[in-house]
Amino acid sequence: MITIINYGLGNIQAFVNVYKRLHIPVKVATNAEQLTGASKLILPGVGAFDHAMQRLNASGMRQTLDDMIIGQGVPVLGICVGMQMLADSSEEGVLPGLGWIPGQVRSFHSVPESGELALPHMGWNDVLPTPGSPLFRGQQESWLFYFLHSYFFECAEPEHVAATATYGAGFSCSVSSKNVHGVQFHPEKSHHCGVALLKNFAEL
Amino acid sequence: MLRPRIIPCLLIQDSGLVKTVRFQDAKYVGDPINAVKIFNEKEADELIVIDIDASAKGREPDYQQIAHLASECRMPLCYGGGVRTAEQAKRIIALGVEKVAISSAALANPALISEIAAEIGRQSVVVVLDHKQRLLGKTQDVWTHNGTRNTKRGVVEVALEMEKLGAGEIVLNSIDNDGKMKGYDLALAAHLRELLTVPLTVLGGGGSLDDMHKVVAACGVVGVAAGSFFVFKGPYRAVLISYPTAQQKLDSIYSALQGGR
Repeated sequence: MITIINYGLGNIQAFVNVYKRLHIPVKVATNAEQLTGASKLILPGVGAFDHAMQRLNASGMRQTLDDMIIGQGVPVLGICVGMQMLADSSEEGVLPGLGWIPGQVRSFHSVPESGELALPHMGWNDVLPTPGSPLFRGQQESWLFYFLHSYFFECAEPEHVAATATYGAGFSCSVSSKNVHGVQFHPEKSHHCGVALLKNFAEL
Repeated sequence: MLRPRIIPCLLIQDSGLVKTVRFQDAKYVGDPINAVKIFNEKEADELIVIDIDASAKGREPDYQQIAHLASECRMPLCYGGGVRTAEQAKRIIALGVEKVAISSAALANPALISEIAAEIGRQSVVVVLDHKQRLLGKTQDVWTHNGTRNTKRGVVEVALEMEKLGAGEIVLNSIDNDGKMKGYDLALAAHLRELLTVPLTVLGGGGSLDDMHKVVAACGVVGVAAGSFFVFKGPYRAVLISYPTAQQKLDSIYSALQGGR
């Protein structure tokens, strides 16, 4: 069953609602025991990077998640700060990330083409999937998603970029490496495009 | 391309949906949950929901109603009304709301903005500034408590202070234009867009897609919010919820960006 990791951050109910409407079974895990039997995991996240890492590390689920995702290859989808947490580190904080996809989270302020623009990057923007990217399968005229962030994931390996968006400069707004996936935008608040992406993840 | 955000702003009083004119004469226009459902179907960009009684009457936010709204809402939601502490803001975010709007409390206690930003992240902190032109002058003063108290402080100065303290978005709300549907205060919006580095949303006066086009032509990619325009139809203000289609937004609003900033 799709299991949403509840470590106190992110809009858990919004994901539950999307999957309920799709008639796809979903549950919420707040401790390691409740992660048992998860076929797919969703890692939401909002706010500051270190705060999110602290909360996850203190949730009692960290070791089990490492075992499931790295050991057993259970698919995981990180959302917003949840995607940033997949990286090795972030310019926003000092704590190490999960290190599940090599890369660093950087501030738009450190990119000359984007530094002059309003931050956070807030609103609806076009997303260009990398051809063959499994999260963006299906007939879709264009992919439009809601963004709300000031930092972005810079992949160490270009083949991990699953989609890009443009805000001043282009940046990777989705990452995929084997069973580990992330999206910087909010599919749970992105109407039909978001529903299509969450359905694709469920069907991986 | 990052698009301008076209945002319905819903006012709540006694748990019902209302619409005002110049912050007065609240007219009941329906059930808020029903309105959210309609905006879901129409794929609105975002929603702002303001409980206009909470701060004026010194009441706590109605968490039960917020939870209900948040669980129905399939687009980003900003809630405002009665938020006076970082703890309250945190609780509202935990209910599944993306952004919390602060108004009266931000003016009374500016440090609160920094506290809330530290707690929920700056991207989720919205400061709403209700402004009104000063008698015999050009200054726009910030008013609080649902337009009943004049802070006697200029809106531009306050907006810049709020940004410095940690606001992630500023909403300019014109009391003079509220409910009039005769167009936005473009000069003020364009002036502030030049000065601010955080996103800006303009509210008050929107009566047509053309009014929204003018905001985007003057300010570039900003939020354009309206109340009456999305809930009334025709000269007799019959209640009918509407929202432009993707094509209408492209043709009538985003088109203002071509050749613009």
